Amino acid sequence: MTDARHRVLIAKPGLDGHDRGAKIVARSLRDAGFEVIYSGLRQTPAQIVAAALQEDVDAVGLSILSGAHNSLLPEIKDQLSAEGADDVLVFAGGIIPEQDIAGLKDAGVDAIFLPGTSTQTIVDYLNGRLGAPDAGKY
Amino acid sequence: MTVRDEVVKASPAKESSDGGGVQLAEETRAAATEGAERWRRANAELKEKRPYWKTDFTTVSGMDVPELVGASDVTSDPVGDIGVPGEFPFTRGIHSTGYRGKLWTMRQFAGFGSAGDTNERFRFLLDHGQTGLSVAFDLPTLYGYDADHEMSTGEVGKCGVSVCSLADMESLFDGIPLGEVSTSMTINSTAPILLAMYLAVAEKQGADWKTQIRGTLQNDILKEYIAQKEYIFPPRPSMRLVTDQFAFAARHVPQWNTVSISGYHIREAGSTALQELAFTLRDGIEYVQYGIDAGLDVDAFAPRLSFFFNSHNDFFEEIAKYRAARRIWATVMKERFGARDPRSWMLRFHTQTAGVSLVAQQPINNVVRTALQALAAVLGGTQSLHTNALDETYALPTEETVRIALRTQQIIAHESGVANTIDPLGGSYFVEEMTERMVEGSFDYFRQIDDYGGMVEAIEAGFPQREIVEAAYLAQRSIDSGEKIVVGLNAFQNEDHDQIETLYVGEEVAQAQLEALDELKTRRDRGEVERTLDALRRAAAGVDNTMPPLLDCVRAYSTVGEISDALRDVFGLYEEVPVF
Repeated sequence: MTDARHRVLIAKPGLDGHDRGAKIVARSLRDAGFEVIYSGLRQTPAQIVAAALQEDVDAVGLSILSGAHNSLLPEIKDQLSAEGADDVLVFAGGIIPEQDIAGLKDAGVDAIFLPGTSTQTIVDYLNGRLGAPDAGKY
Repeated sequence: MTVRDEVVKASPAKESSDGGGVQLAEETRAAATEGAERWRRANAELKEKRPYWKTDFTTVSGMDVPELVGASDVTSDPVGDIGVPGEFPFTRGIHSTGYRGKLWTMRQFAGFGSAGDTNERFRFLLDHGQTGLSVAFDLPTLYGYDADHEMSTGEVGKCGVSVCSLADMESLFDGIPLGEVSTSMTINSTAPILLAMYLAVAEKQGADWKTQIRGTLQNDILKEYIAQKEYIFPPRPSMRLVTDQFAFAARHVPQWNTVSISGYHIREAGSTALQELAFTLRDGIEYVQYGIDAGLDVDAFAPRLSFFFNSHNDFFEEIAKYRAARRIWATVMKERFGARDPRSWMLRFHTQTAGVSLVAQQPINNVVRTALQALAAVLGGTQSLHTNALDETYALPTEETVRIALRTQQIIAHESGVANTIDPLGGSYFVEEMTERMVEGSFDYFRQIDDYGGMVEAIEAGFPQREIVEAAYLAQRSIDSGEKIVVGLNAFQNEDHDQIETLYVGEEVAQAQLEALDELKTRRDRGEVERTLDALRRAAAGVDNTMPPLLDCVRAYSTVGEISDALRDVFGLYEEVPVF
């Protein structure tokens, strides 16, 4: 395979159906040259981790607006680690109270994007963290 | 020929008008046209010398806004299209007395944590002058899972109140006489279960369903597939549950609004104002058609249909949307469905200010946004209103911010003076023209959806979903590029970090709910639970109305999860193909 683009899974953990943000981020990343996989709604941590491994992604973006982030985000990070996928970058966005951010970062969530974030900020972040796509990987 | 074509054709004022103007005396028309010409010349000349400060003069939805609308441009017929309040086509309102007879109902949506927590918030709101209740349920309840289900992890009591069984519903309304309040419940896939629970609580309180029970279920499953995505079953069995409730309520709970056809979530998902209007009313047409197809007389259930719209930032676009909504619905009910009862023609609606318009940066500014949106809803003639709290981009609101939101409505009602006269913007050239554009644009969408075979078919084909995703993406791009200015976000930023206190719902709610559920399961009669669930499965698989067996299930303290599972066994699950 010659495609050297970075692969990103955009996923919706938890029960909320608010997919506006997830879809806008997915489309913006696609427009910016990323290979984007969108999980669809209401994915359990196990489903998200399985999709991340199967699709061999470089990063997982989690969109959550329901308030269940403290339970679900660390669980996803733990399951990725258990599968030896510590190198997969995990970032998140949604309605996440400030007091929860430090705990989520300690749990390994690399960045959290709050309401008002421009799509360019997320593109720049991923380009910065992932670097130039590694052609050899594919 | 479409309904709209027929109506336009039947309107002599339209036929005789040339170039779109309404009928005016010949000299008046000539003078108006001449004046418009003079203005056009002067305007072009000045614009040449001093260019406008921006090039984009579109609404928040991207709709072109005319620079000036004058008497010779208006295409609405002052009699047939605009008319008088309380008369067909109700453009100026459904009541001949406007807000003089009765102010809108101030109805703040609330729900979080346990039934006891929410019961306390309800009493707080009633004490502060709120006039109706509105219940927000948590995601497991909306999605038909009990608190102890794997999918409920981290979700219990977070976005609303957790209700697993009739026991929770009893605590939720403890000390609140259901015969004396009207209650709105935001519930869709599991709506018939929660309706059954509400009726069972009313029964225990000794309130008479027929004469005393008033309220509204959201119960709008079509917009779940389109926008909010809290569906469980496929569209067709879901529509059958809705028509079962139409039939049951028409007979037993005649003051209950069985469906609140909702544009709110369609707009929040990213649609334009026109798409919100058109998809919502087309959903309404679908419910009426299914009701008729189920053998109901249109006038037996149509008067109990109500609507729920968003109020976004663009002031006049929103007002035009509400006025157009009434005219379109009246026309459709009369012409397309042949409804004879004028109550079937009247579009009654609730409004909520736009959650999606709130900005996390400099959050106090959200009070101003909400006030403008609330004012638009009032000038558009809403029957009830929820104003968002300033902190809702962070979390569920605190008592303090909810009180400011309620006070905003009270200031509009009692200080601004706007409620003193009926439809104060009626006859404004601009507002009437925008109203007309909303009407025309909606009938265009109706034609496209009719071509799919109906809204269920259009949803199955992904049509409204694609339209919304596209509009949401364009809206975000216009903010990212700075083409549309959002104060505090992409312009006029502050250096300071915004710090506000927010409501926090911890995990102890889930823990308490799990214990209560365990306790309930040991206390209730297991045989009765099984027997009632089996009866429900049989009704669902057959053609009998599902409401009576549902009532038996909840009276036996079967849980929301158990009842939903029984229906899942029969109806199966819906999976969407996501588009982005």
